[in-house]
Amino acid sequence: MDLELILMQLFSGLALGAILVMVALGLTIVFGMLGIVNFAHGALFMVGAYAGLWIAAQTGSFWWALIVAPIAVGVLGMAIERFLIRPLYGRTPDDPLLLTFGLGYVLVETVRITFGTDGIPFSAPDALQGVVDLGVGYFPIYRLFVVGVVAVILLLLWVALEKTRFGLIVRAGARDPLIMKVLGVDVSRLWLLVFGLGVGLTALGGVLAAPMRNVSPEMGTLVLAEAFVVTVIGGMGSLLGAVVAGLLVGVAVSMTALFAPEMATIVMFGLMALILLVRPQGLFGRPAGA
Amino acid sequence: MTTTDLAAGQGVAPRALPKAGAALDRWRVPLTIAVLAVLPFVLPSQALAVNVLIYGLFTVGFNLLFGYTGLLSFGHAAFFGTGAYLTGMAIAHLGFGWFPAMLTGIVGASLLSAVIGALSIRTRGIYFCMVTLALAQLVYYVALQASGWTGGENGLRGFTVAKADLIGGFSVNLLNPLAKYYFIMFFAALALWFVSRVLNSPFGAAIEAVRENETRARACGFDVERTKLLSFILSGALCGLAGTLSALHLSIVPLDALSVHTSSIVVMMTMLGGAGSFFGPFVGALVFLLIEDVASLWTTHWQLIVGIVFILFVLFLPKGIWGSLIQLTRRRRAS
Repeated sequence: MDLELILMQLFSGLALGAILVMVALGLTIVFGMLGIVNFAHGALFMVGAYAGLWIAAQTGSFWWALIVAPIAVGVLGMAIERFLIRPLYGRTPDDPLLLTFGLGYVLVETVRITFGTDGIPFSAPDALQGVVDLGVGYFPIYRLFVVGVVAVILLLLWVALEKTRFGLIVRAGARDPLIMKVLGVDVSRLWLLVFGLGVGLTALGGVLAAPMRNVSPEMGTLVLAEAFVVTVIGGMGSLLGAVVAGLLVGVAVSMTALFAPEMATIVMFGLMALILLVRPQGLFGRPAGA
Repeated sequence: MTTTDLAAGQGVAPRALPKAGAALDRWRVPLTIAVLAVLPFVLPSQALAVNVLIYGLFTVGFNLLFGYTGLLSFGHAAFFGTGAYLTGMAIAHLGFGWFPAMLTGIVGASLLSAVIGALSIRTRGIYFCMVTLALAQLVYYVALQASGWTGGENGLRGFTVAKADLIGGFSVNLLNPLAKYYFIMFFAALALWFVSRVLNSPFGAAIEAVRENETRARACGFDVERTKLLSFILSGALCGLAGTLSALHLSIVPLDALSVHTSSIVVMMTMLGGAGSFFGPFVGALVFLLIEDVASLWTTHWQLIVGIVFILFVLFLPKGIWGSLIQLTRRRRAS
């Protein structure tokens, strides 16, 4: 097994992991703030990919799709929070979970009705196709691009959360929403924005993933399970955990694919089982979490 | 799920219930069996009746964990599918008779639920849902890869049981749909009786105590972890039995039996009928399958309708059909 092949596989693992990071971040931000798990998260990833497909077809530009689709789906996310999830605050955490789970069904079927049940190929723009020589080997440009975009988003997110007033409010809200209310912060508006942000991130993941695989109504199902694995490994509600675990799972899956292809999908679940045995709260999770 | 408002079939002191409710509660097993016995004659098709039976039993098993113990699993397809696959494999590959094959399925599903249960009860609440879903996906992919044993994507075929031999030279002709229905119903009835006994036992009170308040249950001296695990295993075994019966009924095991979709169906059925009630699961299975049956006549996208109905239930009828009925009768009595 030569080094170049291993490096390339390691790199495509990073690209795969970068997508997972987007999805898992959205999931974990919403959980950290609102205390709910969005079971429609995988379906919204898929809706993001389809929105990208549609916008790219209408405008003829992948770049418009990359920018507009996540925002549009994020707005859809806000509508979901406002009209479907908000009535459920104060009930058990199972209720929003079950509701978003039903919503996932509705989204998948709606897409099937609109775009058909078959997968649709979606190609990257010409500028991003082909490979580039980085000295140690040839790497597909598109995957480099994906890793780059995710890195930029992470940086923006970090700045927004750590350096701005909005970020301060978000972090405080995650710690104790009641105190925030007492201090006069409109928590419900905050939750609306955070839910939209989480959904927008997974939709961006969907657009980015679209050229790497076929766009199909079922593409969200596996992604949801993968995002769960990532958040369990990283620690629910931990942003750093989502990033580290996302990349870890991506690399683990793609390295396994190199040595034992039939084990590739199975290995991440094994990894999760191991973490559960050794450290049930996840790598970066707070121990007491309910 | 904190259904503090207790529905019929839970450990309510008899005098707290109206007379009719108490009678309903006492005769819940014979009543359910009686309704199930006439089901093939009142439903549009016998195929639908068998499905209500099998999925109803699957839902009963799931409800033991979700409705009564308060643990929401999104991975119960693993036990249903394992029961079905092991039964099919025991007949197709090992030449077992129908009864040893059934036992293989149930024991296998129980062992699997012991492993998955032991791992997932280390986590709580929302974590639990995600871990059970992920572990069930693991089982799905293992079955997909082990295609030599399971048939992979094509599903497992070639184990038709035409005739079930019983003790004393009797046999049941399973090619006759009605005979097959009552054959399956016999096992469902046994399982119902068993579940009813479990719910009435001290253990039944213990799992509800865990559901209502885990900390208090622990303070009262219950071993919460062991209670949860035992409930998980019982639930897995019942779902395994449902899977076993589904294998005998269909004579094939589709890979879909292990999928997220199957895990989801059982969650929806429980919510529609009413979690934590004795009659809820069969009501839920019946309503779900009726919606599917009717809606699929005029659209292939019946899942859209199921999804919308489900969302409406979560928003407006979180106690499900049966749970809401009970609440209604109680309110009327109070006023």
